[in-house]
Amino acid sequence: MASPTALRGVSRHTNQWRVVDIVVASVIAVAVGVLFFAWSAGYSGISLLTAGFPPLGGLYSGGWLIAGVLGGLIIRKPGAAIYCEVLAAAVSALIGTQFGLAVLLSGAIQGLGAELVFLLFLYRRWNLPVALLAGLGAGLALGISENILYNALWTIEFKLLYVLFAAISGVVIAGLLSWLATRGLARTGVLSSFAAGRTADV
Amino acid sequence: MTPLDGPLPRAVQVSARGWGWRHAWRRAFAARHLDLELTPGERVLLLGASGAGKSTVLHALAGVLGSNDEGEQEGDLLLDGVPPAAARGRAGLVLQDPESQVVLARVGDEVAFAAENLAVPRDEIWRRVHRALDDVGLDLPLDHPTTALSGGQKQRLALASVLAMEPGLLLLDEPTANLDPDGVLEVRDAVIRVLDRTRATLVVVEHRVAVWADVVDRVIVLDADGGVLADGAPGEVLVQEATSSRLEQAGVWVPGRRPAVGGAVPTSDGGEVLLAATGLDVARTKRGPVAVAGLDLAVRAGQAIGITGPNGAGKSTAALTLGGLLRPRAGSVRAAPALAGTAGDDPFRWRSPELVQRIGTVFQEPEHQFLTASVGEELAFGPARVGGAQAPGRIAELAERLRLTHLLKANPFTLSGGEKRRLSVATMLATTPRILVLDEPTFGQDALTWAELVTLLRELVHDGVAVLSVTHDAEFIDALGGATLHVSGGAGTLVHR
Amino acid sequence: MSTDYLTPVLTGRTLLRANPVSKLFAAAVITLALMASIDWVSAAVVLTCELVLMPLLGISVLALARRIWPLLIAALIGAYGTALLAEKTGGVVLDVGPFLFTEGSVASGIAVGLRGLALALPGIFVLLTTDPTDLADALAQKLHLPHRFVLGGLASLRLAGLLVEQWETLGLARHARGVGSGGSFGARTRNLLGQSFGLIVQAIRRATRLATAMEARGFGGGTRTWARESSFSALDAVVAAVGLLIAAGAVTAAVLAGTWNFILS
Ligand SMILES: Nc1ncnc2c1ncn2[C@@H]1O[C@H](COP(=O)(O)OP(=O)(O)OP(=O)(O)O)[C@@H](O)[C@H]1O
Ligand SMILES: Nc1ncnc2c1ncn2[C@@H]1O[C@H](COP(=O)(O)OP(=O)(O)OP(=O)(O)O)[C@@H](O)[C@H]1O
Ligand SMILES: [Mg+2]
Ligand SMILES: [Mg+2]
Repeated sequence: MASPTALRGVSRHTNQWRVVDIVVASVIAVAVGVLFFAWSAGYSGISLLTAGFPPLGGLYSGGWLIAGVLGGLIIRKPGAAIYCEVLAAAVSALIGTQFGLAVLLSGAIQGLGAELVFLLFLYRRWNLPVALLAGLGAGLALGISENILYNALWTIEFKLLYVLFAAISGVVIAGLLSWLATRGLARTGVLSSFAAGRTADV
Repeated sequence: MTPLDGPLPRAVQVSARGWGWRHAWRRAFAARHLDLELTPGERVLLLGASGAGKSTVLHALAGVLGSNDEGEQEGDLLLDGVPPAAARGRAGLVLQDPESQVVLARVGDEVAFAAENLAVPRDEIWRRVHRALDDVGLDLPLDHPTTALSGGQKQRLALASVLAMEPGLLLLDEPTANLDPDGVLEVRDAVIRVLDRTRATLVVVEHRVAVWADVVDRVIVLDADGGVLADGAPGEVLVQEATSSRLEQAGVWVPGRRPAVGGAVPTSDGGEVLLAATGLDVARTKRGPVAVAGLDLAVRAGQAIGITGPNGAGKSTAALTLGGLLRPRAGSVRAAPALAGTAGDDPFRWRSPELVQRIGTVFQEPEHQFLTASVGEELAFGPARVGGAQAPGRIAELAERLRLTHLLKANPFTLSGGEKRRLSVATMLATTPRILVLDEPTFGQDALTWAELVTLLRELVHDGVAVLSVTHDAEFIDALGGATLHVSGGAGTLVHR
Repeated sequence: MSTDYLTPVLTGRTLLRANPVSKLFAAAVITLALMASIDWVSAAVVLTCELVLMPLLGISVLALARRIWPLLIAALIGAYGTALLAEKTGGVVLDVGPFLFTEGSVASGIAVGLRGLALALPGIFVLLTTDPTDLADALAQKLHLPHRFVLGGLASLRLAGLLVEQWETLGLARHARGVGSGGSFGARTRNLLGQSFGLIVQAIRRATRLATAMEARGFGGGTRTWARESSFSALDAVVAAVGLLIAAGAVTAAVLAGTWNFILS
């Protein structure tokens, strides 16, 4: 048997988006966007629950941030977190959420929060701590921007509490959950065309 | 009418020298040691056992196998002297599953998509769209939604949207799988009509040789261990005694020869009644139209029932309803005490663990049913659920007989089309329910696995299992014997042999 | 969650003919004007204009109400939250234990509620009158967004509708394999999570195959032509102008009334 000849132009790690990156990123975003919709429909319900103390709503906000962190972890390309988060926001705007077109802006800001963390590690590290940090980044971005855009009239201590809750929620829901989901997806074999699916211990 | 003239695509010449591809994280090469020369305009039927690497070769020719970190390539594969990735637009590939390749919402846009990607000027795009739709005989308005199409129409649409590229090399991966016999011939004739006009090179993969044998110039058989097993004109390769018996051993369907099946055709009309349907109306959705009305059917222990009929007739819907998965629209499905045991008599109300012990249903689309991360776990899952002690031996035997042993560690989603089908059937065989409902159990199978599957099912029928199979495969129904339910035009008629 | 949420209800004849980009532009300037300040005057002006323009959608009041009732509830909740948490100025309106509402905080709440509603409606306008394919054509041809991303997004949008259908098939398939339906609350939750995960698996599977199919049809190259041209007409100038007018009117009214309250100040 002949031994395999050397590969032509071995490309270890490229930051170029392939077609499959784009389509899978989009589908992740859309799927999460539909989840968003269920989430924001539920948001009215949760808001009633947290009526006694509205900043608690921040604890629930991590669900908005899954698209960015999950997209970043799976696609591993610059811009993936922002793209997924904005598209997910666009889908939820399209389905009709209470936030209208303004969700696009929120999506971009929240995606940026996660993206900056991935950038900090030069798009090379994708382990649990990075995922949690990305969740934290997104959570902080969400807390701060919501305070400016929507909760502007709250008094400062409530704003700080809101940011705290959003950060916790970002770490746990967006960070931890996305990381677990990525691992689970890699195990099923559907990520076989992604580095994320091949470095897992399957 | 649109003019059918215009510049013709230049047919592509293909050459492979010692070509091979190994998917990342698979130890074995999917295809290897391939040496081939196809002259422009040649029409080639590509054969080989399931898992031999046929789809891999087609993907490579279309330049969509992926980059270097998705696998390892050896040797050369060239279209007109350049690598396929550099010859964008020269090769047009129709994937096996027409459903998963629809990109856009309207028929016209869908067909135009490829031409747009190749930067064809706008007027020319629409000329091509009309011509492609004409060629495949798809007579629909351009704004017809792509979701509202029958199986055969989807297959034609997939073909048309590739034809609009005006490819010099047409690649078809099992283009007639899942089509009814009329649909098979229609699609084949459409392909030939197009080739007669464009003179493009054709490579078609199909297990059922008979359909294509008369219309291709050349048959190439891939060896599962790499290289080419046979290569030549259909007349030589398929008819000569020496080669054709070699092909039979490799699992190729040689026209006129039925693969050797173990066991005898079950003859009994069955024993006690397990399940009875009376005045049954089936529908896929709660409010949607009724697919088949007024079914009366008794399913007996040790009986085989085949369900056939044209695409979209409602076979799968009927099977799912009989399998206790869909709620009957009207009428009833009742389990006899012999089947129901401690559970109630309405299968639709059974809880999942109760259902899986009594009725095992294999879906038309194998991927829907995969639950675990490896073939081995997938096979062990059902028996563990049922709590059967018989497990290990039976599972190993099933894996061996359905040729899955070498794949036990592989992810179910990375299997070849035929391997997925075998796995999904094997998972249900492993739980040994009293009734088996199989939706298209034999599609995409080579002759050897087909024969093994039939043997397995004959044994089950002999042991008193009732086997209901939805299929377009007349030979399969023949080999299993029993009764046949013909479904068409919203009604079903039962024919005993 | 049903498929219809993603297919636009194409009813508004006039707006339907406008280019999606001009509609987006109008919606965006109105949104920006509203975002810039939290005050009841600008919100009320925009909301009034939106209600006046409502007949353009050609959708019955009942059908619209069915669609947007969650928005109404959300606006009420937003109003309530702010009334509870804002600076407590002016006379006391209600004081029950920890729940203290004053005239000042209630006014803030009303402003937030009106603004929330006014913010949500432009999205509904665009949604009800825009076909996703036209939107993609316009974004790529007129705004020159990268076509690979625009079309990738469009294709996956189509998949979303299919996913809803897939959800049911997946439930059946899992039931047939012995997982699903029934059991304790814990078992049911676990099954729901399992099925959601299964749906994402299916979605990614489909996406991967779709990407292969798109590449096999030449997608992903540098240049590309468009079978359908996205074009502007006089109507688009009108749409954009109306959007600008509403935004400017709202800001002017608020400044004149002295209620303008810039969010970054
Ligand atoms: N994405 C993938 N990742 C890993 N292995 C793969 C992948 N796709 C196919 N394989 C493996 O490569 C081998 C060849 O597969 P291929 O799909 O080419 O077979 P095939 O001849 O088309 O079979 P079939 O007739 O069943 O469709 C199989 O053993 C299959 O399991
Ligand atoms: N998931 C679904 N949702 C709604 N309608 C469906 C669904 N699947 C099938 N149908 C419709 O129900 C009818 C019966 O379809 P069914 O799948 O039972 O046909 P079939 O006889 O199995 O066809 P085939 O040979 O193509 O598999 C068809 O008109 C089809 O369009
Ligand atoms: Mg194949
Ligand atoms: Mg069917």
